[in-house]
Amino acid sequence: MRVPLSWLREYADLPPDVPARDVAARLIRAGLEVETVDEAGADVTGPLVLGRVLEYAEETHGNGKTIRWCAVDVGPEHNADRGAEGVASPSRGIVCGARNFEVGDLVVVCLPGAVLPGGFAISARKTYGHVSDGMICSERELGLGDDHAGIIVLDPDAGSPGDDAAAVLHLRDDVLDIAVTPDRGYCLSVRGVAREAATAYGVAFRDPGELALPEPGPGDYPVVVDDAERCPAFATRTVTGFDPAAPSPRWLRRRVQLAGMRPISLAVDVTNYVMMELGQPIHGYDRDLLRGTIVVRRAEAGEKLTTLDDFVRTLETDDLLITDDSGPIGLAGVMGGSTTELSAATTSVVVEAANFETTGVARTARRHKLPSEASRRFERGVDPALPVAAATRVAQLLVELGGGAIEPGVTLVGGLPTHPAVDIDADLPSRVVGVDYPADEVVGSLRAVGCTVDTPAPDRLLVTPPSWRPDLTDPYDFVEEVARLRGYDAVPSVLPVAPPGRGVTVEQRVRRRVERAVAAAGYVEAPSYPFMGTAELDALGLPDDDARRRASRLANPISDEQPLLRTTLLPGLLATLRRNAGRGSVDAAVYESGLVFRPEPGEPVVPPRLPVDRRPTKDEFERLEAALPKQPRRLAVALSGARERPGWWGPGRAASWADAIDAARIVTDAAGVSLRVERDEHAPWHPGRCAALYVGETLIGHAGELHPRVVQALGLPERTSAMELELDRLGVRDEPVVAPAVSTFPVATQDVALVVDDAVPAADVETALRDGAGPLLESVRLFDVYSGAQVGEGHKSLAYALRFRASDRTLTVEETTAARDAAVAAAGERTGATLRA
Amino acid sequence: MSAPNSQYDPVEVTPLHPDELARMRDDAVAAIRAAADLTRLKQIKVEHTGDRSPLALANREIGALPPQARKDAGQRIGAVRKEVTHAIQARQEELEAERDARVLLEETVDVTLPWDRTPPGARHPLSTIQERVGDVFVSMGWEIAEGPEAEAEWLNFDALNIGPDHPARTMQDTFFVESEQSGVVLRTHTSPVQARTMLSRTPPIYVVCPGRTFRTDELDATHTPVFSQVEGLAVDEGITMAHLKGTLDHFASSMFGEGITTRLRPSYFPFTEPSAEMDLQCFVCRGASVGNPDRPCRTCSSEGWIEWGGCGMVNPRVLIACGIDPDRYTGFAFGMGLERTLMFRHGIADMHDMVEGDIRFTTAFGMEI
Repeated sequence: MRVPLSWLREYADLPPDVPARDVAARLIRAGLEVETVDEAGADVTGPLVLGRVLEYAEETHGNGKTIRWCAVDVGPEHNADRGAEGVASPSRGIVCGARNFEVGDLVVVCLPGAVLPGGFAISARKTYGHVSDGMICSERELGLGDDHAGIIVLDPDAGSPGDDAAAVLHLRDDVLDIAVTPDRGYCLSVRGVAREAATAYGVAFRDPGELALPEPGPGDYPVVVDDAERCPAFATRTVTGFDPAAPSPRWLRRRVQLAGMRPISLAVDVTNYVMMELGQPIHGYDRDLLRGTIVVRRAEAGEKLTTLDDFVRTLETDDLLITDDSGPIGLAGVMGGSTTELSAATTSVVVEAANFETTGVARTARRHKLPSEASRRFERGVDPALPVAAATRVAQLLVELGGGAIEPGVTLVGGLPTHPAVDIDADLPSRVVGVDYPADEVVGSLRAVGCTVDTPAPDRLLVTPPSWRPDLTDPYDFVEEVARLRGYDAVPSVLPVAPPGRGVTVEQRVRRRVERAVAAAGYVEAPSYPFMGTAELDALGLPDDDARRRASRLANPISDEQPLLRTTLLPGLLATLRRNAGRGSVDAAVYESGLVFRPEPGEPVVPPRLPVDRRPTKDEFERLEAALPKQPRRLAVALSGARERPGWWGPGRAASWADAIDAARIVTDAAGVSLRVERDEHAPWHPGRCAALYVGETLIGHAGELHPRVVQALGLPERTSAMELELDRLGVRDEPVVAPAVSTFPVATQDVALVVDDAVPAADVETALRDGAGPLLESVRLFDVYSGAQVGEGHKSLAYALRFRASDRTLTVEETTAARDAAVAAAGERTGATLRA
Repeated sequence: MSAPNSQYDPVEVTPLHPDELARMRDDAVAAIRAAADLTRLKQIKVEHTGDRSPLALANREIGALPPQARKDAGQRIGAVRKEVTHAIQARQEELEAERDARVLLEETVDVTLPWDRTPPGARHPLSTIQERVGDVFVSMGWEIAEGPEAEAEWLNFDALNIGPDHPARTMQDTFFVESEQSGVVLRTHTSPVQARTMLSRTPPIYVVCPGRTFRTDELDATHTPVFSQVEGLAVDEGITMAHLKGTLDHFASSMFGEGITTRLRPSYFPFTEPSAEMDLQCFVCRGASVGNPDRPCRTCSSEGWIEWGGCGMVNPRVLIACGIDPDRYTGFAFGMGLERTLMFRHGIADMHDMVEGDIRFTTAFGMEI
């Protein structure tokens, strides 16, 4: 809502010298979001005066352009000592490119020294063979509108040459631009803002909605309302004998323009003006184009209406219409129809001022994507007491400015809904806000916003909100009114004391540890949007029956390519890796920790529509939960290029499948659980370089090098590797660690090299060694893997360092040898391992 | 070797003659001092103190002396041998120090060589700020609550007093899962976590809910369809707006510096009443730039305050829908966008940087912010 300060001052007796910024600050304090204060016209500086064209000569120049060389009387103070070339009278010579004026016309002249919007400085300059000593202005040049077809020609009696033109043009005003919150529909009007401003300054307010109204009598035009719920009130007044050629006066056009609308014609400008002033949307019909009774009814499915913006709208039964015998003539509360539009030939106007139910208008405006000045107001609630006054105000202005007469009758169908009084405790505001508001202040504040307040008991208030405040329904609504009128800056700062909490939960601690460990290992966190498309799943090579293809679908995705909610973190993470590679960061290791969305198989369940006047039952809440996809938290890494860079220390090391598996180990170590790795084949990984990750018997994820086809399909750097696991499956270890007994007896080390078949996993050999070695074994470490001629084709040699130690004695050579032999025997038995010759 | 001879005059036994011993000593000390390195010193040691050295040979002659002369000769020769040994030790230390100095010098390296063998990792500022916010509140006894991102429409809207015809409940603002009638949306704020918390436990409740939220905005310099919020909720007996203000002030000073406060302006949200917009005192200029064109502040556009979030007293309708008695309990809630917080706290100019996962951006933030 844009409110010119001059307009505001008509209804609120603001102190004459308060600047607009101060008004804005007071309104902000009262809860109006004043976003900016526009100093309209402030960008025109220097001498801008009225001038009278004394004479002109029309000259056509070599470039084909015709100009007028004018002598303009700009008043004794500004006229040149001698007249313009060849002109006796005092004047200034000015070249003008426009030709929409005559000798004797009153025009607007900016003189040298003036600066126009855009920093356009005016000086005497030589042009078309003359020294042009100023400029005759168009509306656009002064920031008064779009009109640049010609210069401004004022009414002959608008003033005298030399008068300040800014005042005549209503050029200068301060405009408050207010973002009106949904609860303050009444502030979509000068009336509402003026009321707030008057309250904020403690000055008098004059209600422009209070007019002397005619006694209810016979209507001026027949109206039938079929749907009283959607249209609680419908009023009309009629003006006849109106002069369609009467222009809008300059003040009216300027106000409409400053309020953010385009001046169009007197009749349209007046309806817009009154809407801005009172907040009541107005619609004017050309009475000669109306056919019979106006009927307000719901649309029939498929009915059509051409709205004022020349779009043909196909209607639904939820749309409320204004109709006459010819069919729909308006979309109620949203936009009028073209068939009864006011035109340059309109001499009789039926002025409609109606009240429409908020949510119905909102639905229609949204359905037809037609937010209008009218629908914005109806959606937030328009004062239902206004229709007759608003229609009358429009009729009066039309007659005042465009002639004709107001028909005697007033049509009013429906009327004012009654608001029940709300019973509140007088100390409720103090209890909720924490500021002591004496009862008389509470009553005073509520009356200041327009409420009627009765006090049946000293501590009880019966409050009836005013007709323009449909938002005031609950006791707490009145609390806010009391609090904002005192000012929120009166609220003290008191830190509440929470009872001792449980701190960060064990799950939250584990997640923090894991994420920090992964980052500390050189991975950079890269959260991505949780959206994906089938094409990405195809690129990952997921089989048709892969569970990750069962995804929830958005009804309104940002991109049609990514309508699905991710079931895996990999598409987003790999896209991030590719983006980094494309920007020159090929050596990149990234990770993401986030939710994936895993709907249950079968048709989605629709959750129950629960009431809000009570807590849902356990069963209701469970059914609500059951409708949601499962949303486990996962962590994934992806890496490419060099894991270690080459440098003066030696060669680098390429990122590989092993790093991806190691990332899983970093996760499980941080979580305090043991990782077990098995070979697997699982998309999108390389079938020979893919590990299944287990904690205990629970599969938690996969890791390894990506399948070369996936790498190619996604445009990733060669040998990109990745890991993804489900953090929720790690299991939470929350019991204390049992401290190990640290033996101080000497260690006995035995190295063994075992030859096994290539297909035998090292993990199996190690497990066998551990099991076979018995309790004396302290640790097993694989320190070398060899394959080559010495161990024969299809075989590999695994070299292990076994460390033995007892807690109570120094081991003898015989003891350690026996343990080693037992370990080797177990490995041989389970994996076919033989000691390397 | 001669047998002891009582007639034997020690002076006559030439090697034991004091002059001869002095000569031996001088020879030895001169050689020792002249030893160029440790190897040579070792040779000299053998030559002058070994079994075949003149001193050793002289020592053997003692037996040839008459008993009364032996003691005197023994002392003499002992003194000489001691002097020689000392000289060797001294020279040994000198030479070792020289060697050490030389060798360590040779082993000197350029310690300024770069070490960027493994590129550093980093956490995203959106994660670290969530942790940091969580820590501020946990230290006050609050808890961190979480919830699903695909959420029941009832929890995201209805339970929060956002009626069925509220403008936010359209496809223009809200992502609907499967269809607009499915009853499942991507949560548009973290407030459903508040509702879940109230439904799952009884007051006193003091929780913060950080998390991802979704609205159908296109990505541009200041908007992203996937963003993050943190909300706080306190429900207890006797909670007032003053407690809200106190909590926000504490939060502001914890995040932005000692003494930084907040300012409340009346506003409107369906789930709070009274409602307020919350401004953060500019933590860069602390208001010094207001009306002071010589010292403009980019962080607050010389306004002195930065819009930070929304807040208010929990609307009793919300308490009722969540099964909390509004006559017994009151509550407050607040929420703010974390992207926006990061943008002004760290001078991030473009939202794209926050969502694209460019490692150069994130690495700059390290492990903490």
